[in-house]
Amino acid sequence: MNNSIALKSIITKEVQRFMRIWIQTLVPPAITISLYFVIFGSLIGSRIGDMNGFDYMSFIVPGLIMMSIITNSYANVAGSFFSAKWQRNVEEMLVAPVPNWVIVAGYVGGGMARGILVGLIVTLVSLFFVDIQLHNIWIVLATVILTSATFSLAGLINAIFAGTFDDISIIPTFVLTPLTYLGGVFYSISLLPEFWQDVSQVNPIVYMVNAFRYGFLGISDISLVTAFAVMSFFIVTLFTIAMVLIAKGTGLRS
Amino acid sequence: MTYALEISALEKTYKGGFQALKGINLTVNQGDFFALLGPNGAGKSTSIGVITSLVNKTSGQVKVFGHDIDTDLEKAKSYIGLVPQEFNFSQFEPLMHILVNQAGYYGVTKTVAKVRAEKYLKQLELWDKRNAPARTLSGGMKRRLMIARALMHEPKMLILDEPTAGVDIEVRRTMWGFLRELNEQGITIILTTHYLEEAENLCRNIAIIDGGEIVENTSMKKLLAQLDIETFVFDIKEGATLTSLEQVAKNSTDIAYRVVNEHTLEVDLNKSQNINQVFEQLTAASIYVESMRNKSNRLEALFVTLIDKKTNAAKAQAKQTTVTEETL
Repeated sequence: MNNSIALKSIITKEVQRFMRIWIQTLVPPAITISLYFVIFGSLIGSRIGDMNGFDYMSFIVPGLIMMSIITNSYANVAGSFFSAKWQRNVEEMLVAPVPNWVIVAGYVGGGMARGILVGLIVTLVSLFFVDIQLHNIWIVLATVILTSATFSLAGLINAIFAGTFDDISIIPTFVLTPLTYLGGVFYSISLLPEFWQDVSQVNPIVYMVNAFRYGFLGISDISLVTAFAVMSFFIVTLFTIAMVLIAKGTGLRS
Repeated sequence: MTYALEISALEKTYKGGFQALKGINLTVNQGDFFALLGPNGAGKSTSIGVITSLVNKTSGQVKVFGHDIDTDLEKAKSYIGLVPQEFNFSQFEPLMHILVNQAGYYGVTKTVAKVRAEKYLKQLELWDKRNAPARTLSGGMKRRLMIARALMHEPKMLILDEPTAGVDIEVRRTMWGFLRELNEQGITIILTTHYLEEAENLCRNIAIIDGGEIVENTSMKKLLAQLDIETFVFDIKEGATLTSLEQVAKNSTDIAYRVVNEHTLEVDLNKSQNINQVFEQLTAASIYVESMRNKSNRLEALFVTLIDKKTNAAKAQAKQTTVTEETL
């Protein structure tokens, strides 16, 4: 069977879904990010001064874009896959000769598409508030791809285990949001006491935000090699978990 | 010849310990129109779930056109089109998206899928709704959408789990015609239904499943031939009185009549009797028949008998066990 057609079909279905409800999926990040720029950038940021040699607004832009990518990649797959379980249309794929890796890759592709599209929208909005500089486009692209894939996979695993709609909002609320806010979006972790700097090392978002910030500003609290190694590790681990769960039929087959 | 479906010693025990399938064996020939009947909870949907890989089996073997689902699952799946009992499409997607994407899961290109979608939507009278979200369809339309979806990859075997549940008689008959056409084209059809008339009209072979076991597996003709008694309802022409009908019933020594009212008479006939005898007796009493029909679906009567037999046997065995234990 031609797996590329099946993969394309799942990604198409996912893109059709979030484009169909663009008011819920694409507009809110633009509004949220505008508020962040107004409050943290213009009102508070002007009193903070420079951060690692850059004005505060320029410093937080990469983190805010990354935050949107993380949130939307995760939410897309968690929401869509759980909804497919709930409406049972996930069975459309399960009865078809679609290999498990294609199902995983299809949903991850859909999550990445939304994460990247929202990232672009947020980047465009940020141009109204700040002049964005670009240090290394390849680092930016690589970080976007790896981060959106990581959180799409995490969203998929969340949805596989979820039994109710509450279950797909608990992780974003109690895990993802705190990790994002403590992931160096609004500050340099070098400002933290040594103990909290060490604690921050276990937060994967720190590596993503710093690698992304390096791509824009050329500064990072973490070595790039370590950042990409951590991102790659998370992708491989989460992909393996997702594959095992789908193969076992967890939450999908009785 | 390779069977379209071959099930051997299939067992399924759910996590809670409920044994839904107790080692069933079943074969379905290629090109057959096959009925799988049974009361609620008998194991029909579990069997279909295992065949289509939506339910993990506990043990046993399932082959689809010779391909074992344990070793060659993807190939086996490619032969099957499934119309499940519950609506299981995205309620928010337009019909065309549902169909084209479904074909894509089977490796059918978008260009081909669009042509097929148009063909099936037109045949199933859904073409006008092609861009409407699925949730806006009526119950009958949703059933037809699921049939169209199951056909998008042109399967060799179509499994329908109660496809006409909740649809009106006109739509049901349209669907019957459509399914007959598919079967004539060579597609093997396996049908579960609660409408026994449906199974009798459409299917050539039948299996009856109850309590996770196959209690009967034969051709529809042979099964119906097992019926000893058939009940006919006679609509009596104006002019007959209740008394004259009761008199016929009382005088007849060989035929069992039941007088419902002055216009209706029910007659039970066994295989050794013929219906001419009834006409002769009625004519002799100057009672004339306007029309005549079967009282109930014949298959339904047989189905109830088979299920009752099994239940009674189980009760008898339970009683025997109890007695033995008390004795001990």
